[in-house]
Amino acid sequence: MGFITQHPVLVASVVKIAVLLFIVMTALAYVTWAERKIIAHIQSRWGPYFVGAHGLLQPLADGLKFLFKEDITPPVTDRLVYTLAPFLALSLALTAIALIPFGPPNVLIPIVSQQAWSVTDLNIGLLLVFAITSMGVYGVALAGWSSNSKYPLMGGLRSSAQMISYEVSLTMSVVGVVLVAGTLSFNEIIQRQSGAFWHWNIFGIQRGSVPQIIGFLCYFIAAIAETNRVPFDLPEAETELVAGFHTEYSAFKFAMFFMAEYANMITVSCLATILFFGGWLSPFPDSWKWQIFLPGAGLVLLGIYCAYDTLTEMRGIARLQLAVVTVLALGGGLLCLIPAVASVIQGPFWFTTKIALILFFYIWMRGTLPRFRYDQLMSFGWKLLLPVSLANLVVTAFVMMWPWLRHG
Amino acid sequence: MILPLIIFALCALLAVGGAVALILAREPIHSALALILVMVSLAVVYLLLGAPFVAAVQIIVYAGAVMVLFVFVIMLLNTGAEEHTSFSKIAKFVGVPLGLVLMLWIGHWMFHAQAGSAIGTAEGMVQSSTTELSKMLFQQYLFPFEATSILILIALLGALVMARKEE
Repeated sequence: MGFITQHPVLVASVVKIAVLLFIVMTALAYVTWAERKIIAHIQSRWGPYFVGAHGLLQPLADGLKFLFKEDITPPVTDRLVYTLAPFLALSLALTAIALIPFGPPNVLIPIVSQQAWSVTDLNIGLLLVFAITSMGVYGVALAGWSSNSKYPLMGGLRSSAQMISYEVSLTMSVVGVVLVAGTLSFNEIIQRQSGAFWHWNIFGIQRGSVPQIIGFLCYFIAAIAETNRVPFDLPEAETELVAGFHTEYSAFKFAMFFMAEYANMITVSCLATILFFGGWLSPFPDSWKWQIFLPGAGLVLLGIYCAYDTLTEMRGIARLQLAVVTVLALGGGLLCLIPAVASVIQGPFWFTTKIALILFFYIWMRGTLPRFRYDQLMSFGWKLLLPVSLANLVVTAFVMMWPWLRHG
Repeated sequence: MILPLIIFALCALLAVGGAVALILAREPIHSALALILVMVSLAVVYLLLGAPFVAAVQIIVYAGAVMVLFVFVIMLLNTGAEEHTSFSKIAKFVGVPLGLVLMLWIGHWMFHAQAGSAIGTAEGMVQSSTTELSKMLFQQYLFPFEATSILILIALLGALVMARKEE
């Protein structure tokens, strides 16, 4: 007990990190579930259905399967690098999320008076996230090299070339937002967009702001390439390279690459939300007081739908499982309707809603678009995306400097 | 505060260990990995010294861009294990003693320096370091900054010219 009372800040930080890690891991699992469900519905299938109601326990079953499978290491691999690569990929992907503020900084944890909704609040948060994600390429590249096999090597090579190329556009497209905000701190960037949705950087309809819609498009395309997703998933193109860089990986090491990919998707969506969509801000004007009941109302509606589904569609054990979900959703919804709880939950609610929409868009693209060819990928990145993001930067800078240029 | 000291000692050990491993490793990829370790440890030391901007740039530029290119080239050429040459005579009779003298000299200097006087930066400087740095770069040192960027551009063009295939 002595240690805890002596170092409240340290203990609070460790607890926050543990809670965040738990939430992110659960979110990762359910993003895979959502991806399988959405892709299935796009392709007129059902997707996972039998493990749990609506396949809700499928991520758990998959995780257990990965844990208990045999972990095969081919004898010709570079053992040190082969083992290091998945750890590098996953730990870097998860570290970046620690810098994200999930809610307003004025919500404090009692006693230690630390921010409740972010692990750290650095004034160069944006730069550090880029620093961490720029290291992420090593996981993929080293996995490809150390497998000592031709398909993984091709995957690793493609990945490093692709990530170097698109990282330039990614960074350039974000500089416009930094110019408008005049800071690298996430919370300050978000607070500058407050008001209503037309104040967000993507629309930028307020004094001293420039619309960043082109910046957002460049950012999003580059981000998809950075996270190796369709239509830029050349490092693991299954029709050409078996499974690309992780062909030789099995069991939990394979699962770690999988989790790293989804963690990177979440990080990139968080960044897009913060930079272009106002982070944890509500899209409605502050004067609309009823909006604090939206999270609770949404959860109650979800609960009512689950209750209807439980009673009409489900049979046997699935009915019981969905009943638990119903009770949780209804209870959580009613809890969130209490004004004190509702005002605290606002920031994270809007933040997660926006992230969920961007992730849905990600998955939707996977269900829709075919893969690029390698030379198309490179010429697109260097000849179109980079000039456009540079032009966006220059135009933004000129508009920002316009009053100064005119009056001297 | 004991915690910064522990972190510093850990990073210093990792940096020196990485540097030694960089020289001793036989696989080029292992050398590259060791170099990345050195860069990241140095970035953490910069953080401890109250220069978060420099730390972030160190990781972005060196660990995130330069070393990725190194790794890419090593993978592309698929170089095998290196052969170690024997210790040259000059290194044995001149290099090792001079290195020892340098180490002793630095150790002596560090031992007699005022501990902590150079490290203790004001809180205000940490808060505004990015803005201050940009003001210095783009106002006070604008000419050297632009000259450096032109130098890098020339190097880039030179590399392109040399790599171009003769038609």
